[in-house]
Amino acid sequence: MNGNDSLVRFVNIQKSYDGETLVIKNLNLNVETNEFLTILGPSGSGKTTCLLMLAGFEPATHGEIYLKNQPINRVPPHKRGIGMVFQNYALFPHMTVAENLAFPLDVRGMSKSEKTQRVKRALDMVQLGGYGNRQPAQLSGGQQQRVAVARSLIFDPDLVLMDEPLGALDKNLREQMQYEIKSIHQNLGITVVYVTHDQSIALTLSDRIAVFDDGIIQQCAAPDVLYEQPDNAFVANFIGENNQLFGTVVEDIGDTVKVDVNDGHIVEAKKVKVEGIGSRSTLSLRPERVIVDPEPHSLPNVFLAKTKQLIYLGDHIRTRFSICGTDDFIVKIPNSAVHAAISEGDEVNIGWKAEDCRALDVWPCPTSHL
Amino acid sequence: MALPPYATPGQRIWHFCYLTICALVLFFLVSPLIVVIPLSFNSAPFLHFTPEMLTLDPNGYSTLWYKSLFGMCDAEGASLWTSCTDKWKVGAFNSVVIAVMSTILATSLGTLAALGLSRDHVPFRRAIMGLMISPLIVPLIITASGMFFFFAKINLVSTLPGIVLAHTILGLPFVVITVTSTLVGFDNTLMKAAANLGGSPAYNFFKIQIPLIAPGVISGALFAFITSFDEIVIILFLGGPDQHTLPRQMWSGIREEISPTILAAATILVLLSIVLLTTLELLRRRSERLRGISPS
Repeated sequence: MNGNDSLVRFVNIQKSYDGETLVIKNLNLNVETNEFLTILGPSGSGKTTCLLMLAGFEPATHGEIYLKNQPINRVPPHKRGIGMVFQNYALFPHMTVAENLAFPLDVRGMSKSEKTQRVKRALDMVQLGGYGNRQPAQLSGGQQQRVAVARSLIFDPDLVLMDEPLGALDKNLREQMQYEIKSIHQNLGITVVYVTHDQSIALTLSDRIAVFDDGIIQQCAAPDVLYEQPDNAFVANFIGENNQLFGTVVEDIGDTVKVDVNDGHIVEAKKVKVEGIGSRSTLSLRPERVIVDPEPHSLPNVFLAKTKQLIYLGDHIRTRFSICGTDDFIVKIPNSAVHAAISEGDEVNIGWKAEDCRALDVWPCPTSHL
Repeated sequence: MALPPYATPGQRIWHFCYLTICALVLFFLVSPLIVVIPLSFNSAPFLHFTPEMLTLDPNGYSTLWYKSLFGMCDAEGASLWTSCTDKWKVGAFNSVVIAVMSTILATSLGTLAALGLSRDHVPFRRAIMGLMISPLIVPLIITASGMFFFFAKINLVSTLPGIVLAHTILGLPFVVITVTSTLVGFDNTLMKAAANLGGSPAYNFFKIQIPLIAPGVISGALFAFITSFDEIVIILFLGGPDQHTLPRQMWSGIREEISPTILAAATILVLLSIVLLTTLELLRRRSERLRGISPS
């Protein structure tokens, strides 16, 4: 990709805190203008470090970060003009809400009338119209979070960073706030880089998600691509629910490979990331892509499975099968008349298409963390 | 603290003893201070209660010693006893000047030291901290004699700057300790947020950090002020005739002319201390209320 018109470019970034271990191994990432990019990863994966480097609070050990094609490694945080929302809100406790919002405007020497006007507009944007004279401590967690979001936007930055801003909120509030953040992003046309470990937030909000693990980007793609077409076993496992079968590649037929899973069953799967005949592979299959009791000969992969457990979840029945050497094969069966008859202990045929089953690398790979 | 209903007889007895001990401790702490106050209104030049005072006769009381304290020797009969002097006034003035100057120095230096020492990357933090706290630990007489010989070589003995410097060193540990403990609770994310919003480091320091750690700075300053204001040992070693402070006047007052003027001075000092401590407590409450913000 030609990244010269990207808003932010990480070029060959490496980061080490202690001079020995690389937290970020080699980061090349472009953030496009008006994009909502989420950096998603487990804790300790280096995702917050990326954000801190972008905001200027941590220097990169090696490599260069470009903002609007200007290298910013030597620009101090207060001159970068990047907005940021912190996980603990970081509102100034000794100032009122309005004073908090006016802080970035004071710094920029804005006139009093313009300041008042902007503060009012920002408060209206986050639906806190009458709250300007309150102290932050008098607001609820959700309201504080809104003030923090408003404060990060009030000086019209091109880029806003968000570091797990919804982490401290309860579930309902978190869902409500994530829609508000999404609509703010769409209305203002800003660029957002969002860091989280919560995949549902990432899938809801993002234009693109960079899945981070072990100091490198495992895959960077739109949410649907990430879910439907994971590049490797880590991504397949990390995003959504996933059945895994382990086996050895026995035959390579162009787009697909045949994999011998442990007990001698041959599974045909889409070739995504396998090294060739004889190599080990993880087969990844989404629970909702499995068809129970398929038409004979309609699918390349049909196996007899023993029903281990049924969990009634209203709209679907989560069923655990024993198949191909694993006892932990999950299938989501829609709650319709067609499939109502299965009960625990039954043996049924289940099958899936070759293209729904992706042959990936072996995970956890040896270099990965524990 | 009420006893729970399931307390055993042993616990009840211990609880009673505990209350008694507390009462005794408070009594011995407070009674010497309390007794000074009525005595300072004595109309006779004695340091004990006269029969008139004990019978609450108004003639037994007067504000004579307060007048003498402030150098107003208009009382005709008492002048025999009161050496009509403005030494108290001068002493109080000197004490305030020295205390204010050394407080300003100790507070600014101590705050900066605490800020530096609270950063992770500073080498030998514990050693430096120990060194700064040492005036609290080393016996004052040793500090004083050490300073005397050192200051004598650099011509600082019997000078105002010398005394101010010496008192600054004594006040420093209080500021360092109180500010350091305030910084433990200071959320550094706030400084990052301020920088992110465009404030320069200096701007953020004065707008964000100083207001938030102000309670610690102010309590440290109060301690430093009181330390300097009360100080007698160093002033005896280093002070010249021009550095005649209030404690020094009390000291010589006790030794040379036993008069209730010293009780009047003591009363005023007690009241001053009460005001300062109340301020401290109010500040502490305010800072705790502000701390209440942090979520989770």
